[in-house]
Amino acid sequence: MSGSLSRRKFLMKATALGCSAAASPLLTPMTFAQAPGENRLVVIILRGAMDGLDAIRPLGDPLIHRYRAGLGISRESAAMDLDGFFALHPAMADLLPLWRQGELAAVHAVSTPYRDKRSHFDGQDLLEAGTGIDVSGAQAREGWLNRLLQILPGAGSETAFAIGRSDMKLVAGRAPVSSWSPDGRLDMSPQARLLLEEIYHDDALFHDTSTDAIAIADSLGLASTDSFGMSSKDMRAAVKSARAAGDAGVLAGFAARRLNEESRIAAFSLGGWDTHRGQTRGISRALGGLQDAILTLKRDLGPKWQKTAVVAVTEFGRTARANGTNGTDHGTGGAMIMAGGAIRGGRVYGDWPGLDEASLYARRDLMPTRDVRSYIGWLMHGLYGIERSSLETLVFPGLQLGRDPGLLA
Amino acid sequence: MAFTPEIAAIRFGEGLSPSIAPAKSVAEVMAQLRGDDLAAAAFPIPPLSDLYGDFAKVNALKKAARRGRKGPDADDLSRSYKQARRGFNSRLQGVFAPLVSRSITSPQPFRERLTRFWADHFTVVGKTNLTRSAVPFYIEESIRPHIAGRFVDMLKAVMVSPMMLEYLDQNTSVGPNSRGARGRRGLNENLARELLELHTLGVGGAYNQTDVRQLAELLTGMSTDLSKGFVFRAKIAEPGAENVLGQAYGGGAPAVEDVMAFLDDVARHPDTARHIARKIAVHFTSDTPDAGMVADMTQRFRETDGDLSAVYQVMLDHPFAWSSFGEKIKQPVDFMLSAMRVLEVPAVSLRKMNRTKRAAYVLTPMTAMGQHWFRPAGPDGWPEEAAAWVTPQGLAARIQWAMSAPSAFYRSLPDPRDFAEVALGGALDKKVEFAARAAETRREGVGLVLASPAFQRR
Repeated sequence: MSGSLSRRKFLMKATALGCSAAASPLLTPMTFAQAPGENRLVVIILRGAMDGLDAIRPLGDPLIHRYRAGLGISRESAAMDLDGFFALHPAMADLLPLWRQGELAAVHAVSTPYRDKRSHFDGQDLLEAGTGIDVSGAQAREGWLNRLLQILPGAGSETAFAIGRSDMKLVAGRAPVSSWSPDGRLDMSPQARLLLEEIYHDDALFHDTSTDAIAIADSLGLASTDSFGMSSKDMRAAVKSARAAGDAGVLAGFAARRLNEESRIAAFSLGGWDTHRGQTRGISRALGGLQDAILTLKRDLGPKWQKTAVVAVTEFGRTARANGTNGTDHGTGGAMIMAGGAIRGGRVYGDWPGLDEASLYARRDLMPTRDVRSYIGWLMHGLYGIERSSLETLVFPGLQLGRDPGLLA
Repeated sequence: MAFTPEIAAIRFGEGLSPSIAPAKSVAEVMAQLRGDDLAAAAFPIPPLSDLYGDFAKVNALKKAARRGRKGPDADDLSRSYKQARRGFNSRLQGVFAPLVSRSITSPQPFRERLTRFWADHFTVVGKTNLTRSAVPFYIEESIRPHIAGRFVDMLKAVMVSPMMLEYLDQNTSVGPNSRGARGRRGLNENLARELLELHTLGVGGAYNQTDVRQLAELLTGMSTDLSKGFVFRAKIAEPGAENVLGQAYGGGAPAVEDVMAFLDDVARHPDTARHIARKIAVHFTSDTPDAGMVADMTQRFRETDGDLSAVYQVMLDHPFAWSSFGEKIKQPVDFMLSAMRVLEVPAVSLRKMNRTKRAAYVLTPMTAMGQHWFRPAGPDGWPEEAAAWVTPQGLAARIQWAMSAPSAFYRSLPDPRDFAEVALGGALDKKVEFAARAAETRREGVGLVLASPAFQRR
């Protein structure tokens, strides 16, 4: 199927999470000693297309009020002012202190190179692949976070941790990556473990994945061997912890735990952004989750927050105008949100294109004025000292990084 | 590898069963799709339209309770609303046992697999309190009767289902120049886009943003009334003709027939044939299916105007359907249902399972494996790739369930050695055989068999 990047093609060979542990055992003192510096990066993928124009509202542009009557844009706006032009969505009010301390920033009018078809699924694939639209083969199947790990000096299998129940294409690729869901357990008798190893021995996918699973469950104290055999009571208790496992705060808390140990990079996803109708309520819930994630990271990372950069990115923005159902449809340019003590916050980065119809993309969407990958690239440069040339050829192949926006404090 | 009854049962059915003989030939697999739907007759699930009355009733009581909440009858009104709500909910929850029992007992398991495949192709998720648990009823009404028929018939049935119209926001999309818009309400592109991208042409298909927009206009008027189901509201339909994929539709008084004419055309579009053929092949045979087989299936789809049975027949007659055995990983729902089939979990136990136990023994573990039943993250449904399911956390959840669930279903478990033979048939290898013998307890032995790659793959 033509030039577009299909989800299926992308994953075909991505046995990424599995293939790793055998090659580089988890949790050896080696891994710890080799950890690539103290800086931490948290990547949050906002699945479903966050409306950047609602999250970071350009209230200084009078057109926004006309385009978005019915989306509650004028309420409480003054109190949420950021810089005289942009205002924060009220659902993120608890982040204002971070803004004032320079620990919160946004980038506006950014996008991936994805255009026109506005499919969530292709859009997310491209966002996570970090390539141009016309790339296929190995580079399209790997995620950019994995390609960063491939060239990050001292990176081990626990350096990057993907958190949650579903797999993330962002971390797919040759470099080893750990992954787990906060509610996961693996209880087995030592004998059953040995037998399982035997059964999985000749099946590479099951062998490698179970090796990872056992190592992670052991390291987190989530594997009991003495009290093997979960009772039906244990199964009922698991219901409770599973219920919480998708919460933004729980995911972020788990990420902080890993980042306080060997991990330096964590990634997870938050959903609920596809606000085609009744956007006021839908986006408030989603932004509330994002806020919760950021505040949890700050709290749980303690002093390490000062060495942390959080980036929240989405596949594309949404239409400049409200649609007919008090929502917005799939668009193009959007916003990226950053937080952490490591960033130079308190400002909205990016070149604002304006909202008059001629300045919109296809006369409907916010015009992207810069590639979102260029900001992420400069962040990697600052956090991990990755050379510009490596970023432009290896991590984001074909990207022109452009001038350094100076994202770090 | 060529056809064997066991492979047929594992790849194109719900797995092996101690008491139900598998189909002995491709012809017998295909025969499962003809004649009476035996599992549906044994374990009935009402169609969605049976719920319209309940929707209306519960909704009316809710409104009455809200209106009268400051009046003298507030308590009574609230009580009768809550009672109706509870009754309705337990009716919805009652679908769990028949749904699972069908997969455990069906002599026509290809039907169950196809029903889940197509329900995933036309994914809907209930978005309101009333429809949250109504998806199985939608499947019963709009998907199941068409799995062996013509693609266009299923497409049309789905597009007039209140569940789809609600899920992809078509209900509230209004033609901007219609009388009903009154300058305030307008279009919502959601269904139009997914109809082209997911349901028919595929994302690589020959359409663009203008087609999406035009189709969104054409679809206006397609709407729902809670107590009646589908209604066409001419008042909110965009006036004038729309041009979609190079063809004009409508132009006279807005009518549902214009939409149906488009569905007829898009269902027989070459890109649709290609997209559907490939998707079936990927689901049943391999994440990288044989190009020749897909081409043959595509051609058959086109020759027969989308006769789905004819397309399945081409797949089953192709050597790749059998030589690629083992390449697919069972999705969590398939894994659990096939385990319960080989364990022969009795229908009566499933019926007696209360909400807490359903969650503990089935639904929560399935979610931990990566599949929140009936609630996929988006309209593209569940992923197919092995790597999407065999993750450390997903595999751990499978192992955890394999080791614990059987003894939650049964006080005493079968001898693991016998169980291994029944569960795996010809796929039983020496290592699993050894593990079943060497396990310290029956619970572990049975768990190891279920956790083995031979049981997880198909």
